[in-house]
Amino acid sequence: MATHTLDITAEHCPMTFVKTKIKLAQIPKGDVLEVLLKEGEPLNNVPKSATEQGYEVLSVHQVEGDTWRVTIRK
Amino acid sequence: MTEAKKLSLIAFSGDYDKLTAVFTLATGAAAVGYEVNIFFTFWGLDAIKQKTGRSFLGSNWLTKIFGYMMGGLGVTPNSRFNFCGIGPKIFRYLMRKNNVATLEELVDAAKLLGVNLYACEMAMHVLGLRKEDFIPEVKDVLGVATFLELSEGGRTLFI
Repeated sequence: MATHTLDITAEHCPMTFVKTKIKLAQIPKGDVLEVLLKEGEPLNNVPKSATEQGYEVLSVHQVEGDTWRVTIRK
Repeated sequence: MTEAKKLSLIAFSGDYDKLTAVFTLATGAAAVGYEVNIFFTFWGLDAIKQKTGRSFLGSNWLTKIFGYMMGGLGVTPNSRFNFCGIGPKIFRYLMRKNNVATLEELVDAAKLLGVNLYACEMAMHVLGLRKEDFIPEVKDVLGVATFLELSEGGRTLFI
């Protein structure tokens, strides 16, 4: 099972969610997606909407400053 | 019972800025798991034309002139600060500079996310437009009754 990464730290609403959703749709079931994102709206909502859509949020870690890494299993 | 996660938008405006609002809401909602319907009517139909520039689309001379004046997605005007068509170009530049998705990128994302696009039968008839004049992602041509059925149980916005 592979691990994929997605950096949405430079993105703004709604592309933060949109790119996460599209990437999750593209990877095979069981694979892991690491999403690098910023505090605020993306951090508050990307893990929440992933859980709501039936994906498993494995971890939410602060990388540095206002950048976080959210790990999601499809 | 909780409200269904469904958002239905009536895209009446053919303005660049208002269509940006339509597609921002649509893609954002679809990305967080909503079922999204957009019902394009009157000026809003410009957003889903195959021809994104100006062309004489229509069934007679009058609607053909209308079709040319209305144009497609690429020539939609701003509701304010249009400056004879320069306004949308300035906004596109500002959006790219600030890494914010432009209208065209949002439309592409909406297609990828499976947002349901519908065209208004009555407005098409008035403007002499056919389903073949629209992008293939347009699912169906509808009237009010079917739109109400589709939007039942969710939230609806008119833009």
